[in-house]
Amino acid sequence: MKRVALLGMPNTGKSTFFNRLTGASARVGNWPGVTVDLLAAPILLGGHMVELVDLPGLYDLHGFSDDEKVVRHFLENNAVDLAVILVNAVQVERQLSLALQVRQLGLPCVLLLNMADEARQYGIRINVQEMAAQLGIPVVLFSAKYGDQQGEVQRTLAKTLDTARPVQLETVRRSLESDDAIEQTMGRIMEAAVEVPPRLSDNLTDQLDRLVLHPWLGLPLFFFAMFLLFQAVFWLGAPLQDGMEWLFDTLRTNALDPALAGAPEMLRGFLLDGIYSGIATVAAFVPIIVLFFLFMAVVEDTGYLSRAAYLTDALMARLGLDGRSFVMLLMGFGCNVPAVMGTRVMRSRPLRLLSMLIIPLSLCSARMQVFLFIISAVFPASQAGLALFSLYLFSFATAIVTALLFRKHFRSNEPFILELPPYRLPTLRQVLVRGWLEVRHFLTRATKIIIAGVVLVWVLTHFPMGVEEAGPESYAGIIGHWMEPLLSPLGISDQLAVALIFGFVAKEVVVGSLAVIYSLQGDALTQHLALQMDWVQAYSFMLFTLIYTPCLSTIATLKAESRSNGFALFAVVWPLALAWGVSFAFYQGARALGF
Amino acid sequence: MNSLQTAPATRLSQLNPGQEATISAIHAGSEVGLRLAALGFRIGKRLRVMRRGFLSGPLHIRLGTTDVIIRRQDALQIHVAV
Ligand SMILES: Nc1nc2c(ncn2[C@@H]2O[C@H](COP(=O)(O)OP(=O)(O)OP(=O)(O)O)[C@@H](O)[C@H]2O)c(=O)[nH]1
Ligand SMILES: [Mg+2]
Repeated sequence: MKRVALLGMPNTGKSTFFNRLTGASARVGNWPGVTVDLLAAPILLGGHMVELVDLPGLYDLHGFSDDEKVVRHFLENNAVDLAVILVNAVQVERQLSLALQVRQLGLPCVLLLNMADEARQYGIRINVQEMAAQLGIPVVLFSAKYGDQQGEVQRTLAKTLDTARPVQLETVRRSLESDDAIEQTMGRIMEAAVEVPPRLSDNLTDQLDRLVLHPWLGLPLFFFAMFLLFQAVFWLGAPLQDGMEWLFDTLRTNALDPALAGAPEMLRGFLLDGIYSGIATVAAFVPIIVLFFLFMAVVEDTGYLSRAAYLTDALMARLGLDGRSFVMLLMGFGCNVPAVMGTRVMRSRPLRLLSMLIIPLSLCSARMQVFLFIISAVFPASQAGLALFSLYLFSFATAIVTALLFRKHFRSNEPFILELPPYRLPTLRQVLVRGWLEVRHFLTRATKIIIAGVVLVWVLTHFPMGVEEAGPESYAGIIGHWMEPLLSPLGISDQLAVALIFGFVAKEVVVGSLAVIYSLQGDALTQHLALQMDWVQAYSFMLFTLIYTPCLSTIATLKAESRSNGFALFAVVWPLALAWGVSFAFYQGARALGF
Repeated sequence: MNSLQTAPATRLSQLNPGQEATISAIHAGSEVGLRLAALGFRIGKRLRVMRRGFLSGPLHIRLGTTDVIIRRQDALQIHVAV
């Protein structure tokens, strides 16, 4: 099988192109550094079976950030039959440098000028034939997102592959070491083939930026938008969740209960009160989570993330971080794992580590489910949005405190230079693909980790044989009893100890465990919960759940990315201590104030 | 008195919003230099300061068709001729 690699600067549409050719759903976003690892898929190109490889973007073949190293390492160790260089046609004046570097490697290559649509809007004219003649390689102007010239692109790739002769890896390695002056060549080609209007007109991006990047309105606007978002989550999400709960309840009373009526009590309890109601309680959140991710996908594709980096860099600099760390916190709202991996764009190790230390404090969608559940049980509807929003503020606050405390151990002087892409809108297809990706992700988690967690909680609450369910004699009760001295000052009841312990595996398990612990489902569970805890206890429990420890996948990622067991351990122990401190201060404080 | 001494060069970080200038020198280490070059900071290139961040936040610079944000401290290394 021949190997075709996609090379280009960050944010030039490599993953968009990869998705279009392979039908895969690689993550796409209007932010330089979305792809930080290799992704390969087989396709048929002309008469060739080809392995197409999507790579992280790189600015320069001699760059040193971890995502750039991924590309170098790939080129040094894998024979590539064709290098496809993607360049943003609007910015060809600067991105041509990378194309020239890649051409120097001696690999067969094709230059694809992407974003033909935007180039047209900007009034940029490119003489493709002339450029191809000057470069001595095929050039096509196209759009990966909207599909213009797609046929031409495929034909060109196939034709180049027909005649491509393999290059010795040794040759590639040697040319990666050298770097001839390319500036003159760039100047010559630009002169001959590209026409850029002298002054870009004041476009929509400029007008929006005047508001979004406003010196003192920018940040308040950001928080206000966030507040509206969480209001909307409740407003749209609550009915959806109710509907799902009703569906699962109905399914149980009308189909499952009768079907299992003859089964032994133990088995019935295990299947229905254990697995079914645990999973159903979690699954009721799927529509909200999908909605939330659709929204995140839109935000990521608008180009707002780079703006957020601009707005927050001054603050983050004082914490020993930079604007990108803040963006990773925002990405962490979806899931902490890709956010931790996203720190690969940082070159300085201390800066990366400090960012990785705060990212797990970002309130991810799994924790959001726990909070939606508890908030809707304990808080009146009018305050629900505010309660959720306040937890996000806590999430930022704990990240800030953590960075402040530890910044002196993670000093770096990495420069902060970032592109600001134009605002873009995702296509409906892009948004749907992303939503589907998240559903699939949830289903894999649900069928593995969440079931396992729920089953374990069921076992612990029902054994040894014959004890009262989740009572003091059950294993769960015994564990709760041990933890009592630690948890009761936080206002957290013994019964919830097992939920917290297994929530460490995946935070959604906390919700599932509640159903198992109380042997209730749907409305009955919500009502019971409201009787079990007042708002102070509920909020303390939520603060603890928010901070206490990253989930297993995040810990595994932290360990892999930091290549340090010590760091991974610290990233678990510190939040645990912080969670205890924060919940203690909150609970005791609120009680002392008479709440 | 030595009146021949040249005036200290203007730094990118000193420009005001709306001001345009031409890059005259880049005093960055080779690693940062590569990144700057890839983002369009090359000697002789014309640039424009779009805005300056609040509380000594970064500068928003436009170089041809590319917009870049850069910390003031890093912009110090770039000399410009107004
Ligand atoms: N207008 C326009 N936007 C495009 C086109 N192709 C891609 N984009 C957008 O450009 C942005 C970057 O796309 P990606 O595919 O994530 O880029 P990438 O090169 O994989 O980026 P990294 O993984 O960060 O290196 C996204 O917002 C895309 O929707 C195009 O042809 N026209
Ligand atoms: Mg990508």
